[in-house]
Amino acid sequence: MIQTLESYSCKLSLFSKKYLSNGVKCEHIGKNGYHNHKEKNGQGTGVASRRHKHEPFEQAPMYVAVLTYLGFGIVTLFGYLRDFLRAVGLEKCNIAQEREKQKDFVPLYQDFENFYTRNLYMRVRDNWNRPICSLPGPVFDLMERVSDDYNWTFRFTGKTIHDVINMGSYNYLGFAENNADFLKTVADKVRQYGVGVCSTRQEIGNLSIHEELEQLVANFLGVESAMTYGMGFATNSMNIPALVGKGCLILSDELNHTSLILGARLSGATIRVFKHNNMQSLEKMLKEAVCSGQPRTHRPWKKILIVVEGIYSMEGSVVRLPEVIALKKKYKAYLYLDEAHSIGAVGQTGRGVTELFNVNTADVDVMMGTFTKSFGASGGYIAGKKELVDYLRTHSHSAVYATAMSPPATEQIIRAMKCIMGKDGSTEGMRRIRQLAENAKYFRSRLKEMGFIIYGNDDSPVVPVLLYMPAKVVAFAREMLARKIGVVVVGFPATPITEARARFCVSAAHTRDMLNQVLDCMNEVGDLLCLKFSRRKYSPLPNLCDETDFELDS
Amino acid sequence: MAGIEVRPSQRLPPCLLCKDCFLFLCVKKHRPMHRSSRTLHLRDLRARMNFKNLREYLAWLYYQYLLITGIYVLEPWEKSIFNSILFSAIAMVVYTSYVFVPIHVRLALEFFLGIFGGQPESTMALMT
Repeated sequence: MIQTLESYSCKLSLFSKKYLSNGVKCEHIGKNGYHNHKEKNGQGTGVASRRHKHEPFEQAPMYVAVLTYLGFGIVTLFGYLRDFLRAVGLEKCNIAQEREKQKDFVPLYQDFENFYTRNLYMRVRDNWNRPICSLPGPVFDLMERVSDDYNWTFRFTGKTIHDVINMGSYNYLGFAENNADFLKTVADKVRQYGVGVCSTRQEIGNLSIHEELEQLVANFLGVESAMTYGMGFATNSMNIPALVGKGCLILSDELNHTSLILGARLSGATIRVFKHNNMQSLEKMLKEAVCSGQPRTHRPWKKILIVVEGIYSMEGSVVRLPEVIALKKKYKAYLYLDEAHSIGAVGQTGRGVTELFNVNTADVDVMMGTFTKSFGASGGYIAGKKELVDYLRTHSHSAVYATAMSPPATEQIIRAMKCIMGKDGSTEGMRRIRQLAENAKYFRSRLKEMGFIIYGNDDSPVVPVLLYMPAKVVAFAREMLARKIGVVVVGFPATPITEARARFCVSAAHTRDMLNQVLDCMNEVGDLLCLKFSRRKYSPLPNLCDETDFELDS
Repeated sequence: MAGIEVRPSQRLPPCLLCKDCFLFLCVKKHRPMHRSSRTLHLRDLRARMNFKNLREYLAWLYYQYLLITGIYVLEPWEKSIFNSILFSAIAMVVYTSYVFVPIHVRLALEFFLGIFGGQPESTMALMT
């Protein structure tokens, strides 16, 4: 059965429509269905929901999965061999080990994750944590390092690799820059307020610059009120416990960030996980929660909180916001939207996924975001109704115990936000947003044309390219560095074991030339290492047929 | 994570060989057949791997073998151990097949010919 997204969202609100039409029918609608009520256009969901047709998670050919397992199997066998040699004493052990007296206790370092770290990660760790010696803008300088004992220790050769193109930093709008003109206000505020605050917001750490920032954030997002915190991770992990507790239900997406998972676990609420971006799975869970209530007592849940992210950083996929909101309204749940990667990066004016889908911001109960990615600073915010934010000011752990945001970071966010909104009197902000959208589209379409498997929505600036095999992941990172391009490759603990990937973060500061250089190198390296697994035929012309793929709950 | 199965094109049949193979030459030969006329120009966008001589090609094949089996990340002595084990296993397979396959094939042929060839002979024997 083929259903379009429009008809699906119609079905969800069918209940309310029937009721309304039933209520009105007996009085005002004539026999032939004629009525003269004014028909108003609701919040549009038609245009943007069509974007979701191009969000496939393509599966690699079967031989790729088989060879990935083969590669891992062989390296694991050699890992056992090396562990044996270390245990016997034929080889020097370089990693942390328990002392003799502790050997009878439960092992600290012998489980699989440490096995993986010792025997796979250590061999290839020159691809991660590379030391840089310049600002991580669109290009940066790397310090060259070599290892004499297969990556157990490193030494610097003293040379610097200049102008490596940075495809790994979350610098979506290019605000990580060293321009003296743009940073003048930050320097002034440092002279005025100092560098650190050394106190919490509730005691003596509430500065007028914080109030100014919160007012600005609330204006930017189009909500009543906002509160900011010094650390993005702490915003999630310390505020979810303040909002929900025991007797509440949290429905969180499969691929949510660690901070959301930690916050959910700390709160003590029951957590249920639904399949990634799968609305049928979410609806089934909501139905079941509303019908059966709490596990043993069958009392109704105190609160049901749906936790989703705007853009998922490992997949680049965008949440199906109109559908989640329709579900939330039907089943009377609350929505917590984490826009860490999407604020400033998507939407016509950079307001995030609410603008992308043309959704009323009052529909999202808790809007959370971070300033780390698009604003070039650090920290996070929670925005929503005034009652919510006032409640969080007194009850959130971050607000009460954590140090307030430092003035230079606050001023950086203020100047970045003013630039995006256009309040500094220039069109620089809009130019950057448009440049980012253009760069993201161009980069994605070129990579798809070349034949790589890319995950995620066409609008998102996060582009994960799937590499699958462990040795190819390592070779890819080294080959790209040899061509002076810095990429981030992600492997097992952060992604499923068979889906290792390279994650590119496109920035507004990248010029077309830089992107072309990266794409040419990708083409070369893709052919050299045989990474072009895609079996899809890609054409630059848009798809004319109306079919949708729809993952049914198994 | 649930994935979507890629539907084969309705216009061209998928190449059975390409779905399973990963050899460079094979891919290069079959790739043009996968493109419809509209996207034929995309073929030119792919970087050509120009191998100047056989040595370079063999080196590239060895590199692919290292990447696929995961040996690439190991230290040289571990690579040697794995290569020698694999080589001796292959050598044993080749030797065994050289010694035993002709004998087995001959016996099998005799057996099957005996079944089908034997029938007319026995009826002839009965008649005479």
